Amino acid sequence: MGKTGRIYRVAGPVVVAELEAGMYDVCKVGNEKLLGEVIQINGSRCTIQVYEDTTGIKPGEDVENTGRPFVVELGPGLLSSIYDGIQRPLHVLRSVTGDFITRGATAPGLDRKKKWEFRASVKPGAQVKGGDVIGTVRESETVMHKILVPPSSGGKIAGISDGSYTVVDVVGKLDNGTELKLMQLWPVRKPRPVTRKLLPDVPLITGQRVFDSLFPLAKGGVAAIPGPFGSGKTVTQQSLAKWSDADIVVYIGCGERGNEMTEVLTEFPEITDPRTEKPLMQRTILIANTSNMPVAAREASVYTGITLAEYYRDMGYGVALMADSTSRWAEAMREISSRLEEMPGEEGYPAYLSTRLSEFYERAGRAITLMGEEGSISVIGAVSPPGGDFSEPVTQNTLRVIKTFWALDAKLAQRKHFPSINWLNSYSLYLGSLEGWYEKNVAPDWSAMVGRTRSILQEEDKLLEIVQLVGSDSLPEKEQVTLLVARMFREFFLQQNAFHPVDTYSEPKKTYHIMKTILHFADLAKAALESGVRVQRVYSMKSKDRIAEVKFEKDYGQFLAAVDKDIEKEFESLK
Amino acid sequence: MKEYKTISRIAGPLIFVEKTEPVGYAELVRIALPNGEVKSGQVLDTSDDIVVVQVFEGTSAIDLNTGVKFLGENIKLPVSDDLLGRILNGAGKPIDGGPEIIPEEKVDITGAAINPYARANPSDFIQTGISTIDGTNTLVRGQKLPIFSASGLPHNEIAMQIARQAKVRGSEGGFAIVFAAMGITSEESQKFIAEFEETGALKRAVVFLNLADDPAVERLITPRMALTAAEYLAFRKEMHVLVILTDMTNYAESLREIGAARSEIPGRRGYPGYMYTDLAMLYERAGMIKGKKGSITQLPILTMPGDDITHPIPDLTGYITEGQITLSRELHSKGVFPPINILDSLSRLMNLGIGKGKTRDDHKQVSDQIFAFYAEGRDLRGLVAIVGEESLSERDKRLLKFAADFEAKFVRQGRNEDRDIEQTLGIGWKLLSELPESELTRISPELRKQHYGKH
Repeated sequence: MGKTGRIYRVAGPVVVAELEAGMYDVCKVGNEKLLGEVIQINGSRCTIQVYEDTTGIKPGEDVENTGRPFVVELGPGLLSSIYDGIQRPLHVLRSVTGDFITRGATAPGLDRKKKWEFRASVKPGAQVKGGDVIGTVRESETVMHKILVPPSSGGKIAGISDGSYTVVDVVGKLDNGTELKLMQLWPVRKPRPVTRKLLPDVPLITGQRVFDSLFPLAKGGVAAIPGPFGSGKTVTQQSLAKWSDADIVVYIGCGERGNEMTEVLTEFPEITDPRTEKPLMQRTILIANTSNMPVAAREASVYTGITLAEYYRDMGYGVALMADSTSRWAEAMREISSRLEEMPGEEGYPAYLSTRLSEFYERAGRAITLMGEEGSISVIGAVSPPGGDFSEPVTQNTLRVIKTFWALDAKLAQRKHFPSINWLNSYSLYLGSLEGWYEKNVAPDWSAMVGRTRSILQEEDKLLEIVQLVGSDSLPEKEQVTLLVARMFREFFLQQNAFHPVDTYSEPKKTYHIMKTILHFADLAKAALESGVRVQRVYSMKSKDRIAEVKFEKDYGQFLAAVDKDIEKEFESLK
Repeated sequence: MKEYKTISRIAGPLIFVEKTEPVGYAELVRIALPNGEVKSGQVLDTSDDIVVVQVFEGTSAIDLNTGVKFLGENIKLPVSDDLLGRILNGAGKPIDGGPEIIPEEKVDITGAAINPYARANPSDFIQTGISTIDGTNTLVRGQKLPIFSASGLPHNEIAMQIARQAKVRGSEGGFAIVFAAMGITSEESQKFIAEFEETGALKRAVVFLNLADDPAVERLITPRMALTAAEYLAFRKEMHVLVILTDMTNYAESLREIGAARSEIPGRRGYPGYMYTDLAMLYERAGMIKGKKGSITQLPILTMPGDDITHPIPDLTGYITEGQITLSRELHSKGVFPPINILDSLSRLMNLGIGKGKTRDDHKQVSDQIFAFYAEGRDLRGLVAIVGEESLSERDKRLLKFAADFEAKFVRQGRNEDRDIEQTLGIGWKLLSELPESELTRISPELRKQHYGKH
C-alpha cells in the first residue's frame, strides 16, 4: 500500500514509471494525481494507462500506487446516476469543474452525505454468508435495494440495527469484526460470483415486433447489433433500453457522440416507465464516455457498467445492459495496445481482443445468485464494423460468442424501414429454447405463426430475384399474392415507429394478433385465387390496407376484429 | 529558460533531444536555427533520456547544433473580439497585414471535453437554403455534419453557399464563421476569401489558412486553433458559430506522417491507431451548452480517397459526426448542382430540428416518402438497363420518372438560390403529387388531404 515511484516517460495517455506495483493496480500519477492503471510491468518499470489528459506531466514527478485494482462503489444511489467511464458522477463533476471536464477532478461514485432508511431483515445471531441479504433500502420509488453481505465475507451477525445511514456508516457487524455498510467495493475486471448459471428459457420482451417474434433474445442472453453508420442502431438500442422488460437498465455510451449522449441524457429522465408510471430513470444507470473523453476511461467504462449490472443481478433482479458501442471499446484497446508497442493482431487490434470480448459477454447470463434467488443480465452489444464490413475482427469475434444477431441494414434505413433489421441475415439461437414460454404465455400457435411469417419473407427474397429478371407480372398468381403478403409483413408488421406514442411499444399479444391477421388474409387470398378470383382484385382490396393502421391503435383488439371482418366481407364480395 | 544543443537525431518532422531537464508532455518548443530563423514545435514523447519534438515548420535547415528551448507551457491561442475579420496562418499568426491580436486571454488549444451532462440538446433548425439539406438531411444548430466529397467535386462551393445562406429562422443575425483551411491550394483559399469579402461575411469571420505549400505538420494545430477561437466566440461571446474545416483528409495525412516518423505501429492503411480519438477530439468540439447562448456547428469537408466511403478517414469521421452529406460523382457529371446524393447522406439530428413549430408538421413524412420513392426509383434504373423500360409496371415507370424529376427539380438548384423551407417542401409535394395519392404510404391521410396536389 502507498508505494511511491517516479515517472520515467510520458507519451500520450501512456506513462512509464519506476514503481513497485502489481498488474492493474490503480495509481495516482504526477503532481496533479491523475488516475491511472498499471497495464504492463517490465522489470522495475511499469506502464500505466492514465484516465485523463497527460499534457504537461513531466518525467521525475511522483507516482503513488494505491495498491489495489480499479474498484467501483456499489450501494444505494447508483440508480438514476449518470457516470463517466470511471464512475465519476457527471453532474457532480460539472459543479466542480464547470461545463468542460478538466483533469484531476475527483468525485466519489456514491454520495457520501445522503442518508438512506435502512431496514434490517436479519436479526443478531443469524448466520449469513457472502451475497446474503441483510436488509433493504428504498432506493427509488420503483426499486428496493437489497443490502448484501460482500461475496467474500460471512459469519454470524453480531449486531445490526434499522435507521438512517449514509453509505459509509456502519449498519451492523459480524462476529469476526467485519463491518457491514450500505456500500461495498468491487474490482471491475473481476466477475462477481454466482451459485450457478441457468439455461436461458425466458424471453426478454422488447416490445419491438421484429425482435420478439422473429429474433427473440432470452433473459440472460447476449445479442449483438452490428450496423454501418446511419443504419439506425442508436435509435434501436434506445427503444430497447426504454421498452425491454428488465428491472434495471444499464446503458453504457462508450465512445458515443456527445450530442447523441445528450439526447439519451435528456430523454431518459423524461421517459415514463410504462409498467410503473414513474420515471424510467428510477431504474436506470447511464454511463457516458463520449469519444473525446480519455481513451483509457473508455476502455474501463464497459467493465464499470457490467460490474454495476452484476451487483443488481446479485439482488435477484433482471438487468438489461446495452453497450454502445463495443467497437469503440475495441478501438480503445487497440489504441492503448499500439501505444504499448505490442505486436498487433488482425487489423492492428491486439491479439487478446477475442479473449477480452468473450470474457465480457460471458459475464451475462441468468443465474442463481449467492443468496439463492434468480437474477439475470442480458447484454446487447452494438458493433460498428468499418464500412459495414462484417468480416472485420470485432464483428467476427463477437459473432463467435453471441447467440442473437440483429443485422441492421443501411439499405433498409435508406428506405426508412425502421427498425432496419434485415430479416434474412439476422438470427436467434434462442428460438427453440423460448418456444415453450411463448406458447404458454402468448398463444399456443405462436411458433407456427412465426415460422410461416419467416418462410413468407424468405420466399419473397427468392421471388424478388426472379422479378428482377422478368418483372412481377409474369409470376404465377399465387406467387404474386406471396409478394403482396410479404410486403404487408414488411410495412404493417416489421416496420415500427419508435417516435409514435403507441407504435413505439408492441406487446407480444399485439405482435401475435397482427401476425395472425396478415396470415389470415393470406389464407383467404389463397382460397379466393383457387375459386377463380383474379390477383389484381386482391391487390386492389381496400380492407387489407387498414391493417397498416393497427400498429397505431392502442385498443388493437377491437380494431383488428373489425378489420378481420371487413377483410372477410370484401373477400366474400369478390366471389 | 535553458537552451539545449543536444539534438541527437532528426527524422522527417521530428527532432530528438537528449539530456534535458524534465520536460512536460505536449509542451511548446522554440527552436533557434544558426541562421537566425526561429521555428516552433511540440513535445510528443518525453522521458528521462530523450524528448521527441514535432517541428511545425518542418525540419529543413535544422542541424545538430540547433538550439532548443522548452517553454514550459502548451500551445495557446490569443483570443479577443479582435479575431473577427482577421486572416491568420495555420499557426494563428496574422497574415493579412493587420496588427497582432491583442489577447484578452490566451487559451490552450487542446480543448477539454464538454461534460455530456452540461450539453444542451441541439434542436434549432438551420435553414441552409439548399433543398437536399433542409428538406431531407436537415442541419441543426450544434451539429457536426461533414461533407463527404471526392476530388473534382464542388464541395467548397457548397460549403460557401451554406456559409452564406445559413440562418436560424426567427433569430436575429446569421452565424459567425470560423474557417480553417488545411492544405488547400492558394487558388481555392483566394476564392473563399474573395467570397467572404464580397458578401461582407469577413467582418464576422475568422480565417485560418494553412495552404498546400505550408508545413504539413502545422495542419495538426490549425483545426485546434480554429476550434479554440470558435469556443471563445460561442461560449464566451455568445455567438452562433459555424466552423468550416477543409480538407480533413489533409489533416489525417499529416497525422499519418507524424506517426510514420515516430515509427509507430500503423493501424488501418498506415493511419495511426489513435486517429479515431484524435478526430473525435476535434469533431466533438461542436455543440451547445446548457445555459449558454452561443453554439458551435461544424461543417468539416473531406475528400474520400478514390471515392471510397470505407476508407479510414470518412469511416472514422462518420462514426463521430452526426451524419454526413455525401456528394455524388454521377450527379455531378449529369450537371446537377449541388450533386448531393440524399440516399448516402444522413442527418442524425434531423428529427430534433424539424416538425411543427420548427419547420412544418409534414416535413418528416414528406422526407421519408421522398427517400423511399427515390431509393426505389434509382434501383429501377438498374433493372431498366437489363430489361428495358417497356416491361416495367406502371408504378415502376412512375417511380423512374419521379427519380429523374427529383434530381432535376429538387436536387438541382442555383448556386445563389436560397430556398426557404416552404419552397423546399412545396417542390417535394409537387413531385409527390405526380404519383397517385394512394401510393404515398408514408404520409398520413390528413396531411395528404392538406397538401396533395396543392403545390
